[in-house]
Amino acid sequence: MGIVTRGFRGRRGGGDVKLPPGQYLETGFPVLSAGPTPQIAPAAWAFEITTESGEEHRWSWVELQALPREDITVDIHCVTKWSKLGSRWTGVSLDTLLSGIDTQASYAMVHSYGGYTTNLPLDDLRNGQAWVAYGYDDRPLRPEHGGPARLLVPHLYFWKSAKWVQRLELLTEDRLGFWERAGYHAYGDPWREQRYAGD
Amino acid sequence: MAATLLMHVEGQPAGLAGQRVEVRLTAEDGYTADREYSLARSGEPDRAEITVQAIDGGEVSPFLVEDIEVGVELQVRGPIGGWFVWRPEQTEPVTLIAGGSGVVPLMAMIRARRAAGSKAPFRLIYSVRSRDEMFYRSELRQPDPGVDVSVVHTREAPEGSPRPAGRITVADVNNGGWPPDFAPTCYVCGPTGFVESVADMLVALGHDPHHVRTERFGPTG
Repeated sequence: MGIVTRGFRGRRGGGDVKLPPGQYLETGFPVLSAGPTPQIAPAAWAFEITTESGEEHRWSWVELQALPREDITVDIHCVTKWSKLGSRWTGVSLDTLLSGIDTQASYAMVHSYGGYTTNLPLDDLRNGQAWVAYGYDDRPLRPEHGGPARLLVPHLYFWKSAKWVQRLELLTEDRLGFWERAGYHAYGDPWREQRYAGD
Repeated sequence: MAATLLMHVEGQPAGLAGQRVEVRLTAEDGYTADREYSLARSGEPDRAEITVQAIDGGEVSPFLVEDIEVGVELQVRGPIGGWFVWRPEQTEPVTLIAGGSGVVPLMAMIRARRAAGSKAPFRLIYSVRSRDEMFYRSELRQPDPGVDVSVVHTREAPEGSPRPAGRITVADVNNGGWPPDFAPTCYVCGPTGFVESVADMLVALGHDPHHVRTERFGPTG
């Protein structure tokens, strides 16, 4: 146990809920991003996957909507300590988008409209673990939450769920993304409390 | 209600203006609560200064503002964050735009500029509900050559004020900040809705989005 803060009792909200270490329960939906919110009309939006050999796969907004959609209810965990339980999303599984793509890559760099990047192992985007989400709570995803579409990778800290997702670059070697270069953990598992580089 | 806490830390902070620290409070039975707060002053080894606003019904902030006593121990980790920072080697003009307690990391930047003897031209636009809710009021009233301060009152304007009380507008941002052709770096900090609207205004005024850095706090629906 750490240093006891004399006089502090705490409120123990959500005591029967199992949260990752260091997280507290949030009922609102905080917004965090490094700069202004990009305003992207769906008509001007497209999503791309580029392989390590330079092969390009591209989906327009209409093409994405035509793919099988999934409803996802998940807990999300932000590195700034809030967790939100049972958030409800709609989107397309990365399994669907990656099927038929020939790649030997082990890593992915996610690129967003506005220039944000984040890196993940490709295995973390497969097997029902990741989506390109365009709906939240049965409504279109709002711009400040990453609309028209964002990545959703709920088993990692939420900065990995890049807002305004534009492109997935498949890589054979790992590279660090925006926050990862600014001192955050390269992987970001909330249950192992991998917040900052060195955790 | 708000309070500035000066914490003695062993072998830590200093840090850059704009960075945050994580504060951990531990109850007698081992229950802990962690929160992050912006440093109000950077560059001081073994010291961390934060300004905390008490949130009604909050778990941690009312304790830090109202109950904590001198000599109480807590854990501090950090500093954290390498993006929403101002470094003394930056020479470009800087526009700082604060909503409420969002002024804290921006005050750290103004203090860092002064401490470094920097000549970088600064402009601060500070949006507050009323004069009474202004943090660092006397310090911000002191002349600080190269730092222009304009205050936007949203609920209650002081007597004789030419600007009626009201939310920050494009005109406030345009008049109080540097024009886009000066290519300033803009730092915007405040509640989510405030930061969203101000950042949109900056982009609409022609600022390069890559020169606009934001830090948001507080929940939203």
